Amino acid sequence: MSDPIIKIQNMNKWFGDFQVLKNINLEVEANKKIVVCGPSGSGKSTLIRCINRLEEHQEGDIIVDGNELSEKTKDIEKIRAEVGMVFQQFNLFPHLSILDNCTLAPIWVKKMPKKEAQELALDQLKKVQIDDQANKFPGQLSGGQQQRCAIARALCMQPKIMLFDEPTSALDPEMIKEVLDAMVSLAKGGMTMIVVTHEMGFAKEVADEVIFMDEGMIIEKADTKEFFANPKSDRTKLFLSQIL
Amino acid sequence: MQAINFLKPNRDNIKNYSIIGSFLVLVSLIDVISNAFLKINLTSFLPGSLTTLFPLILGLIGLNMMRIDYSGNQKLDFLNKNINTNNFNALLTLLILFSIIKALPQSLSWMIFDATISGDSKDACTGTGACWTYIKVWFRRFMYGMYPNEFHWRINTAFILVIALGFVGYFMKENLKKYLALYYVIIYPVIAYLVIYYLISGGSFGLQWVETGAWGGLSLTFIVSFFCLIFCFPLGMIFALGRRSNLPVIKYISICYIEFWRGVPLITVLFMSSVMFPMFLPEDFFMDKLVRVIIAITLFEAAYCAEVIRGGLQSLPRGQYDAAKSLGMGYWKMHIFVILPQALKLVIPGIANTFLALVKDTPLIFVVGLAELAGMLALAKTNPKWLGFAMEGYIFASIVFWIICYAMSKYSYNLEAKYKTER
Repeated sequence: MSDPIIKIQNMNKWFGDFQVLKNINLEVEANKKIVVCGPSGSGKSTLIRCINRLEEHQEGDIIVDGNELSEKTKDIEKIRAEVGMVFQQFNLFPHLSILDNCTLAPIWVKKMPKKEAQELALDQLKKVQIDDQANKFPGQLSGGQQQRCAIARALCMQPKIMLFDEPTSALDPEMIKEVLDAMVSLAKGGMTMIVVTHEMGFAKEVADEVIFMDEGMIIEKADTKEFFANPKSDRTKLFLSQIL
Repeated sequence: MQAINFLKPNRDNIKNYSIIGSFLVLVSLIDVISNAFLKINLTSFLPGSLTTLFPLILGLIGLNMMRIDYSGNQKLDFLNKNINTNNFNALLTLLILFSIIKALPQSLSWMIFDATISGDSKDACTGTGACWTYIKVWFRRFMYGMYPNEFHWRINTAFILVIALGFVGYFMKENLKKYLALYYVIIYPVIAYLVIYYLISGGSFGLQWVETGAWGGLSLTFIVSFFCLIFCFPLGMIFALGRRSNLPVIKYISICYIEFWRGVPLITVLFMSSVMFPMFLPEDFFMDKLVRVIIAITLFEAAYCAEVIRGGLQSLPRGQYDAAKSLGMGYWKMHIFVILPQALKLVIPGIANTFLALVKDTPLIFVVGLAELAGMLALAKTNPKWLGFAMEGYIFASIVFWIICYAMSKYSYNLEAKYKTER
């Protein structure tokens, strides 16, 4: 057993009076792939947004790659640079070309020389098969292409962990596959991934563990096979019966 | 009803109907035109008030005959959709057309045919028309104020230099492009200030000193607008960011600043800058009145700019902030590379609005004794030798201001088109 790369202990979070996350405990080891599922409003997205501190938690500890996230954390940007994130709405920068979207952060955050950054970006774009679109603007691409570009953009920072926040929920059914393919090949390359998704096929194929959340709590956490073959809690069974 | 219905066309006879209709409208227009320009009443055979109403009635019948939902003829459909939708709109259309035609002869003869432009004293203006001689004689004053005639080349040279320096950005090499913002925000204003100070003020390099009190006319309008525009934009940007800051001190300072300057009339700000401000300064500290006025207007307009820019910042989706943060960008990198380029693009119309208002507000500096274009007009019209030509002066000033403002708004449209991106 190696040391976990993400460690969350007794974490609680409120939005005003409303408690979104209740007593979360989670450990993720390097190179593991975790799928988080659950109904809408169960706090899945908030949980992974806490991991790179796009949301602040109020109680408990979150330790990412040996750094504790709290108000005192000075170099939050450094930690974020290690944690890539892909969003439901792609969130590409519409005023920059696909290539510039990918090179912006490596050049200005990691101080990479421009040429090197461009080579890296083209390499990553090639892996998600949109290197031929490099000079177009996000508005000219389909949703699936945009999301693949967003994955490439995150990978250009060479992160240790990748977070996916419902990456396929805003896509047409036809485009879901191309994005999932890109994610599967990323998973096979050994990346540590936490994926919030409703794509159970993807979970079965790549996940090491599946977490089921409801009402801000982790209801069930189990190995993938175990999770699908014989879920323990009734809530999980109900959810699975509806979604499968 | 029957009587009106027979004037209604259908798709089969629309061609004939539209020919008759446009003929009737044409006749009504000819009647009005001949009445206005040639003073001939073609319908004098008609009794009393009918002769005045005749073109209106004729035109209405004509437009009514042309009105159809869809004819297939593009021009006719355009006409029907826009100015001939119903009888009331047709009436309005005709009334507007007729009043323009009626007003044209008088204004044309006053402005052009009966106007005087020869000569160089008031005696030349004997006609009933406008006296453009007045503008001609005072032209240099309107352009350069009380600045000595023999030094006008200094103003011209300074302006040419400043404009040329403004174009440097277009010719910058690719690897220097990243310093473009720095150049325009800091270096360019400083150079422009030095150019204007040494050339127009003089006092060194063998140039005679001309105090700012003598500056005036359109060149002063340009100087004031130029510096105010170039400084108020970055300042406004800082306060816009400040107002959205998470740090309470910065946030409340920005809010106080913006609300203070937006709440005070510009005219009181100008008075304070020229009358009260020097009282609070130490005895030996001197700041030129023009500089004080420019600072006052800049601070004032920066508050408006700030709110316009804040509107742009707020219209960006939160995802853009999230994405930039998740890539490890800090506050400044996120704003410089991701947020501001998008937000500023969105606020081009608003900023153009503010800038146009600023240019048109510059005449207010007359209240503190600085006579730019409109101020020079006010001085000129009270000159005992040239009394009674206020109208010509104001027309001249409106044309000049309109040209400046129209050029600015055209430029802003170009910028909008240039930086348009699909979302």
